[in-house]
Amino acid sequence: MGQKIERDHQRFRKIVRGKVKSGLSKYISRGEMIGKKGRDFVSIPLPQIELPQFRYGQKNSGGVGQGEGDPGQPLTQPQEDGEGGAGEAPGGHILEVDLTLEELADILGEEMGLPRIEPKGKKNIVTTKDKYTGIRQTGPESLRHFKRTYKRAMKRQIASGTYNPADPIVIPIREDKQYRSWKEVPKPDAVACILYMMDVSGSMTDEQKEIVRIEAFWIDTWIKKHYKGVENVYIIHDAEAKEVDENTFYHTRESGGTKISTAYELANKIIDQRYQPTEYNLYAFHFSDGDNWGDDSPHCIKFLQETLLPKLNLFGYGQVESPYGSGEFYEYITELLEKKDNVVASRIPDREAILGSIKEFLGTGK
Amino acid sequence: MTVPYDTRLPPELRGLKVEIEAHAREFGLDFYETIFEVVDADDLNEIASYGGFPTRYPHWSFGMSYEELKKGYEYGLSKIYEMVINNDPCYAYLMRCNHTVDQKLVMAHVYGHCDFFKNNAYFAHTSRKMMDEMANHGMRVRGYADKYGENEVEAFVDRCMSVDDLIDIHSTAIKRHEESSRFNFKEVVEDEGDHLTRFKSKDYMSDYINPPEALKAEEEEFKKAQQAIERSFPERPERDVLLFLIEYAPLKPWQRDVLSIIRDEAYYFAPQGQTKILNEGWASYWHSTIMTERALEPWECIDYADHHSGTMAMSRGRLNPYKLGIELLRDVERRWNTGQFGKDWEECDDLDKKQAWNLNLGLGRKKIFEVRKIHNDVTFIDTFLTPEFCKEHKLFSFAHNEPQNNYVIESREFQKVKQRLLFSLTNHGRPFIYVVDGNYKNRGELLLRHEYNGIELRMDRAVDTLANVHALWSRPVHLQTVVESKPTLISHDGTTPTQKTLGEADDARKNAPPATN
Repeated sequence: MGQKIERDHQRFRKIVRGKVKSGLSKYISRGEMIGKKGRDFVSIPLPQIELPQFRYGQKNSGGVGQGEGDPGQPLTQPQEDGEGGAGEAPGGHILEVDLTLEELADILGEEMGLPRIEPKGKKNIVTTKDKYTGIRQTGPESLRHFKRTYKRAMKRQIASGTYNPADPIVIPIREDKQYRSWKEVPKPDAVACILYMMDVSGSMTDEQKEIVRIEAFWIDTWIKKHYKGVENVYIIHDAEAKEVDENTFYHTRESGGTKISTAYELANKIIDQRYQPTEYNLYAFHFSDGDNWGDDSPHCIKFLQETLLPKLNLFGYGQVESPYGSGEFYEYITELLEKKDNVVASRIPDREAILGSIKEFLGTGK
Repeated sequence: MTVPYDTRLPPELRGLKVEIEAHAREFGLDFYETIFEVVDADDLNEIASYGGFPTRYPHWSFGMSYEELKKGYEYGLSKIYEMVINNDPCYAYLMRCNHTVDQKLVMAHVYGHCDFFKNNAYFAHTSRKMMDEMANHGMRVRGYADKYGENEVEAFVDRCMSVDDLIDIHSTAIKRHEESSRFNFKEVVEDEGDHLTRFKSKDYMSDYINPPEALKAEEEEFKKAQQAIERSFPERPERDVLLFLIEYAPLKPWQRDVLSIIRDEAYYFAPQGQTKILNEGWASYWHSTIMTERALEPWECIDYADHHSGTMAMSRGRLNPYKLGIELLRDVERRWNTGQFGKDWEECDDLDKKQAWNLNLGLGRKKIFEVRKIHNDVTFIDTFLTPEFCKEHKLFSFAHNEPQNNYVIESREFQKVKQRLLFSLTNHGRPFIYVVDGNYKNRGELLLRHEYNGIELRMDRAVDTLANVHALWSRPVHLQTVVESKPTLISHDGTTPTQKTLGEADDARKNAPPATN
């Protein structure tokens, strides 16, 4: 069981996304379910296809309901419960979860024909892990679920009249006891780390950073689909490199010169310290406008080739075009392309180019 | 597979099953052997998506239901408690993560359904080996998909599903026409003029008493009528449009087979739609009775009450079939226990007397067993809904309000409520469509008629459905209906739909409208 419905479900998804040629597209409706997440209401998209049938129209139609209300009162309006109206009824703010990230990644992969990433060698160890998901009636005392047991005991005592509020002693008997139960779940231990590096020198404008942000988001989404645990490292550099958090990464603007090698060296240091290549699948992406300090470029290439690349699954260099940058670093990187197969380089002159660039980056399947 | 399914039932549930089944039998419920299976939420969602038959033919629409159920479950919006299949043996699925008290409730509920399936008259025609038949259907459709291509078969199934409600749900019990086959040639009776009205007369009076002109006119009339009979095809308007298509549409053998699969399944599922209120009411009545009178342990009371009331709850004025069913059954039981029925009761004007009316007949149980045997939702409501019941349960009717394009509460009057309720249940709340002529205009075109009863069709959908009928019939198809209060003929020739307002002509057979194309 399980596989059969999966096929039908996939087929349905494909029709909804217009991947299958069929005359059904005009019957697709974008319905939604209103769910609750914490205190917020979320709209869960629920596409439906309704095949045409002979049905009654709305005019003169009606039905029967049950409850309060006077003739003439509209039905469709939700009847609120007078309780201050503190947001029991949907309305107000509804968050749209249009797609889960996983669905998004699926669409990305499908849309662009991306190959699946094959986690490398030993890094892909599958272990089983006990997951405590269920409840059952028997088990070792050490796994007893105190809260549930207590509640059941209390319910029983209230129901049988032996509960005394003045002397609220609740004594569980055997039937009350509830135990946690577990299930063995296979847990692939494929973990990965993505290092993002960005040039934040004065020549990078906000527009360039936005492009980087969009591109990084898609790369993230895709890689995360293939690994169970993904960690991100953000490095910004001008003439100096430093590790920052995600927010700073996208919002820092420095002035001054550019020395790319500092970023590579820092990345190397972080890898050595925290992300052993034997344990992690490592990805590094560097975004820059291609401007570099004097004779730093040959040094970068040498460092990449000799030190950094052997540790990485993939190194991606994305060059955005800024009004100030010369873009010469791209030429250096292209030298590497022929020698190493885990290097990709791509130019991203504007937003339009993002899609193609993602394809270049992730099309390697590494 | 030689492993009996029962092995999957954990020992404590097996004990419960024996216990609940004994209670059910003691109360007089009568059912086929019932096999419970315990499955995970995800599997239950899958089974439910296939309408209870995991082996059903592949189609995206099941994937669509699955997505809905799955998302509903994952976001904690909905949860299926139980699923029971009308089959011999009955199959019922229990959700693994449910509490013992829930499992008890569900089992008791399931036995109610099983009894209903076996004994209700409207289920009498359904196949009790549907598990196997569905699997066969699945095999056949999969085979065709392999042979003729998934896309082609799927597109055809889509078309069939578009018309799968055009069946004659009562034809299983009524003989609509004589058994006939295409080899039943009518003997041509050499006409000797015997049928003519000829009065006895002496020879010389003959011309006077039986004027030749009158005879001639009568002869003409007779011939016309004769021709009309010969020409009409089908003989009488046919509600089982699917059957008509299977028999007469120029389909390929595999298409004919697929269409008959869809039709078979539609007939199998139809009674469940016809008896939703009664069936759920009956099952709820029994889970409630068995639980509260027999199976419930004191400490389970609160959980039971919580879940029972959850099932019976009505949300925002919508009618809950479980609630309506159980309450109406209880009302019937009460009335027959106290003798509040029959001529004396009806004719009594004294309210005080009526209120205290109790003849201690104790016929309630017997009566509701009879109800479950012979009624469907329509007859159940029609026979037993009372003004008092409507008032007590705050039933109201609502109607579409055109200016605001919403629904407003229309009335709380008994007659109005009953009428609306019956209407929404009749033919599953769908329009009646008949095949009137399979050789329309003597050009092999198909004429359907919508039996207008005050509510017009949803036009865009009707036109698209007609296009699907055309794809099956392969010749232009027409639908006689009413649009904006005028009799109208909608036609579809495979490429473009056309619409034409008809004159007085309501009956297409007598007054064939001029050509539309």
